[in-house]
Amino acid sequence: MGRYIAKRVLMAIVTIWLVATITFFLMFLVPGGPFLAEKSPSPATLEALNKKYGLDQPVIVQYKNYMLNLVKGEMGESIKQRGRTVSGIISDGFKVSARVGGLAILTAIVIGVPLGCIAALNRGKWLDNLIMVIATCGIAVPGFVVSTVLMLIFSVKLNLLPTYGLSSWRHYIMPVMALAFYPTAYISRLMRTSMLDVIGQDYMRTAKAKGLSQFKMLFKHALRNAILPVVTYLGPLIAYTLTGSFVIEKIFTIPGLGNEFISSITGRDYTMIMGTTIFLASLVIFMNLVVDIAYKIIDPRIKFQ
Amino acid sequence: MKTRKIALLTAIIMVFVMILSACGGNAGAGNTLPVNVGSDPDTIDPALNSAVDGATMIIHAFEGLYTLDKDGVPIPGQALDCKISDDGTVYTFTLRDGLKWSDGKALTAHDFVYSWNRAISPETAADYSYMFEVIDGYDEGKLNVTATDDKTLVVTLKNRVPYFLELTAFPTFSPVRQDIVEAHGDAWATKPDTYIGNGPYKVTEWVPGSHITMTKNKNYWNYKALGMENIKFVLMDDPGAQLTAFTQGEILFTDDMPNDEIDAWREKPEFNIEGQLGTYYVSFNTQKEHLNNPKVREAMTLAIDRDFICREIGKAGQIPAGAFVPIGLSDADPTKEFRDVGGNYYDPYDYEGNLEKAKKALADAGYPNGEGLPTFEYLYNPESSAHMAIGEALQDMWGKIGIKVNLVSQEWATFLNTRKNGDYDIARNGWLGDYNDPISFLDMWITGSGNNDAQWSNAEYDSLISQIKSETDTAKRFELMHKAEDIIFADSMLCPIYYYVDIFLINQKVENFWSSPLGYKYFMYATVKE
Repeated sequence: MGRYIAKRVLMAIVTIWLVATITFFLMFLVPGGPFLAEKSPSPATLEALNKKYGLDQPVIVQYKNYMLNLVKGEMGESIKQRGRTVSGIISDGFKVSARVGGLAILTAIVIGVPLGCIAALNRGKWLDNLIMVIATCGIAVPGFVVSTVLMLIFSVKLNLLPTYGLSSWRHYIMPVMALAFYPTAYISRLMRTSMLDVIGQDYMRTAKAKGLSQFKMLFKHALRNAILPVVTYLGPLIAYTLTGSFVIEKIFTIPGLGNEFISSITGRDYTMIMGTTIFLASLVIFMNLVVDIAYKIIDPRIKFQ
Repeated sequence: MKTRKIALLTAIIMVFVMILSACGGNAGAGNTLPVNVGSDPDTIDPALNSAVDGATMIIHAFEGLYTLDKDGVPIPGQALDCKISDDGTVYTFTLRDGLKWSDGKALTAHDFVYSWNRAISPETAADYSYMFEVIDGYDEGKLNVTATDDKTLVVTLKNRVPYFLELTAFPTFSPVRQDIVEAHGDAWATKPDTYIGNGPYKVTEWVPGSHITMTKNKNYWNYKALGMENIKFVLMDDPGAQLTAFTQGEILFTDDMPNDEIDAWREKPEFNIEGQLGTYYVSFNTQKEHLNNPKVREAMTLAIDRDFICREIGKAGQIPAGAFVPIGLSDADPTKEFRDVGGNYYDPYDYEGNLEKAKKALADAGYPNGEGLPTFEYLYNPESSAHMAIGEALQDMWGKIGIKVNLVSQEWATFLNTRKNGDYDIARNGWLGDYNDPISFLDMWITGSGNNDAQWSNAEYDSLISQIKSETDTAKRFELMHKAEDIIFADSMLCPIYYYVDIFLINQKVENFWSSPLGYKYFMYATVKE
């Protein structure tokens, strides 16, 4: 297992380097620059700014400098948010996004998995249909619609929940619900499908013949096998959810990381684009590794190669 | 088995509780004024900021030699008074007694010398460094500004500048602390501990992307007159969310709202429209074939129903523009407006009359009914739905004189790049003035200026602008500025659409608030009625 992990980490480094390199050169192909505005700075100011951030050098030299700094763990300063370091912005934003996202993932698992099981066990009955209708809605309705509807109901009509910020636990309810809506639906559908698969297996019939209670059958034998696709889905889901959602953070004024992914691109904040991309890529790779290890724990038949 | 399940359940509950308990805190209440003037500012370093929302925050944390009152008139701020030499080029400011920074250290005239020179230094790379170009020594990189003692600041200008006192109220002219800036670099303006100011309020909490809380500065000279204990600038980005928070009373002021909601709010007392020094206009690329013909540009300028655009698309009381320099700027005689003296170059309300003139101009240009003209591209950015709607209206209006236009949308930064490089036919444009002087709308059109998106070049215009900049006689100076604007329209170089207005919502409980024509909001003396 140690060797396997070492191999994966090595592969991860190569992947991150590739992602960083491709992003770096693509970024400079996009027209525009960080200092463009409706009112342009004077040529002297522009020159000074380009010099300050090393943008006056050829792209290949900038690439070399960036990579050398990256190896040292330095991602530089944001070009747009002057005076802030990229790593500082990412860590501040990630703390917030991860908190909201973490709650959303937990909610999605806690609700989605049982819903999928219930639907599978009641296949074709009204309960199954109801759950699947809700799940289909959850997949089809985008986050900003869910957020707006929640806000309309809980803030404007019922006056129960605050509309912006994260200053108390009540502030978390709507963003977490909005963020959890899609994964809950997706998990319940995944769970239902794979549960149906497992229920039809021979060993389940054996268990039933042996007179095991339905509860035991389900949780001891079926769930463990049926949950594998959900675990696969959880890897990237966790990475993407923990890094925040642009739309939901905007609607609820949450100081998370999601916003930085978009604003760094629209503002051509080169160091931030690199920082957020490398961070997300690393997180996705790390989560996939965690998922692969989790496989082994859940299903001992799986071998590391 | 059972114990394992219980353990698992407990673990899940514990994770929930742990995450939730990390959420802590309570919303500010009581003596706090929660407002929204924009999203997270890129910077609130007075020298580096060039945004309107950033400026609003800066005028609360800093104060220049002068500041603006409710009517936009400069009144003494950190300065007690100012003596101006007879030729209008030497300003001697006397500072108030006992001025202090928010951390209690004494503020002196030397701080202004340092700060102003810092703002023009290439290392600072400030967008607004050119605001200091009226001061002698700017071109050499060392301003002719001296502190003869701790309380006296002598500023020597290149020429008489009638709006110089107003400039000293501009955020870029605020003093900053040399020891702190030098010790922390750009980062000094990102943390409450190092963000030391001399203004009515000081930053006590800053959560990027969430809020900036400011508290009354006990060391401010006019501390007793200040309003609420705290001002909380909620950093919201989404106009829909802003409106909901305002409706719910969670914020008492918002500077933005969805365009579609304007009609529903127009008649309510919370809804405010203020004049703003700015013009929404259309840039022609004057170097492109066909568009390099002034008659074609004239026809396109005349063929627009500006009243329709203001009423049906702008919806917020925008004023149809008959010239480029907007209303609200004073003329040589300060009781008169530049616009009233200069008048309109066409009647912006007489659409039918203008349409006939447009057809004639097009025929004179050799393209009767648009025959022989190619299909032009109209470039806009999609970030505001109004830009597209205006593009569609223009497409339709130009179609009526036979000019065909395709709409092309480009994302903001790409759009700016395309427009600046002159890779377009026709593009939407807008300009907001930096100070109450028409030159801030005129000097951008000199040959090769970074903001000359029209790629226009006119030798007579260039020499007029340089004359204006060195002219010491105010009446003559304004005469020349009117002449410069005449040239713009004789050549139909651009096509004005409307003069901007600033709309905002303010809760009726808030008193003693005001907004300046530059769009800055003044909350320092505001109070909330119970």
